[in-house]
Amino acid sequence: MIDWSVIATSLPDFLAGLKVTLLLLVISLSTGLLLSVPLAVARVSSNPLLSKPVWLYTYVIRGTPLLVQLFIIYYGFAQIDLIRNSSAWPLFREAWFCAWLAFSINTTAYTTEIIAGALRATPAGEVEAAKSLGMTTFDLYRRILLPGAFRRALPQYSNEAVGMMHATAIASTVTLVDLTRVARDVYANHLATVEAFGTVAVFYFVLTFSLIGLFRLAERHWLKHLRAQVAAPSTLVAK
Amino acid sequence: MLHGYLPAILGGLMTSLQVAACSLAIACVFGLIGAAAKLSSSRAAHAVVDVYTTLIRGIPELALMLMVFYGGQTILNYLVTEAGGDYVEVPAFAAGVLTIGFVFGAYMTETFRGAILAIPKGQMEAATAIGMSRSQVLARVTIPQMIRHAIPGFTNNWLIMIKATALVSIIGLDDMMQRAGLAASATREPLTFYLAVAAIYLLITTVSILLLSRVEKRFSLGVRKAELQ
Repeated sequence: MIDWSVIATSLPDFLAGLKVTLLLLVISLSTGLLLSVPLAVARVSSNPLLSKPVWLYTYVIRGTPLLVQLFIIYYGFAQIDLIRNSSAWPLFREAWFCAWLAFSINTTAYTTEIIAGALRATPAGEVEAAKSLGMTTFDLYRRILLPGAFRRALPQYSNEAVGMMHATAIASTVTLVDLTRVARDVYANHLATVEAFGTVAVFYFVLTFSLIGLFRLAERHWLKHLRAQVAAPSTLVAK
Repeated sequence: MLHGYLPAILGGLMTSLQVAACSLAIACVFGLIGAAAKLSSSRAAHAVVDVYTTLIRGIPELALMLMVFYGGQTILNYLVTEAGGDYVEVPAFAAGVLTIGFVFGAYMTETFRGAILAIPKGQMEAATAIGMSRSQVLARVTIPQMIRHAIPGFTNNWLIMIKATALVSIIGLDDMMQRAGLAASATREPLTFYLAVAAIYLLITTVSILLLSRVEKRFSLGVRKAELQ
């Protein structure tokens, strides 16, 4: 029933698609992580001038579909003369750039909330102890708040990373030839449903569980001190 | 407003909401069956549900949707031609709703399972001890409390699901995104229409959060919250 020759001939295309998917994931996640740390610090700030704009940003981004955000950037921005006439216009005509921008803006919003939640969960005693030792606010964040928050955020962040990996499939709607686009092309060329979508499912499956495995290793390393308590059936929690 | 395309967009909104409502119903059914299977003592049922939830977590919704749409097409036509019928097309609505329902059924499974486990066992035992039948225990003790524990997870799943409905335009469903795309190319104003769609989605998620937090309050009457510090 399965035509293996179709899979064999299209395997190079799938591997090229895998490369696009992985590259999209890596550049979006790293941009997101970089931006979300300062944003999370602003988000938990007691100064409303800092925290409110970040709240608005995460609320709007998390309240709208990624597909819409991508279309606004890829199709919509062409309508703004300021962008059309600017020197950045060649970038906005590039699907790669738009996908990276949309995905980064999206994952930054989710990651900011994850890190902000982890910052808020810091035990009050840790902050008091640090202050009583005379730490400056900068040192307090660098030595106490952020290292602890990163650890606490890790399990949730692994869900975000997997979610983002799945979301890269949306890039296939703006001409990028990622894994999903390759599957659609293979289907269109050979009318081979099982071969096209079965293969792509295997690729995504392996990718997802490799990613989860990597995060497990990271958790084992950085959450070592909690291992005794992790024995509860927490592995069953979906996103 | 919107160059006269507002009614068209709102018509698309109706389709999007129908997709969301039907998907939600399917997801809840799958979720309840999944949770019941996971809590049962049957090892075969456990295995089936584990495969289900693992598969869903491993593959993007969009890829699954394309698989159901095109794959369903192949299977359906194979069956129909075998039976001597003519070529048929899988309705995009059915493919979209089934896929989204199936995907979020897996997430609902974990939500409902967790919610049932969160009820202290002694309550069910006490209800049985004072002579309630199994269905009475379910209706009076388990379900009312399960709803309370399930609402946060349910809200989360619903918010992700309503956003996932934007994907059905990709398999050709005449939803809000599709209509916005048509209006955008007709007027050459893509930004206007996609921003309008974004605003409508934001409105839906905002209303959902407000409503569901009220429901949560209603079901949490009589539960004291731990006071921090």
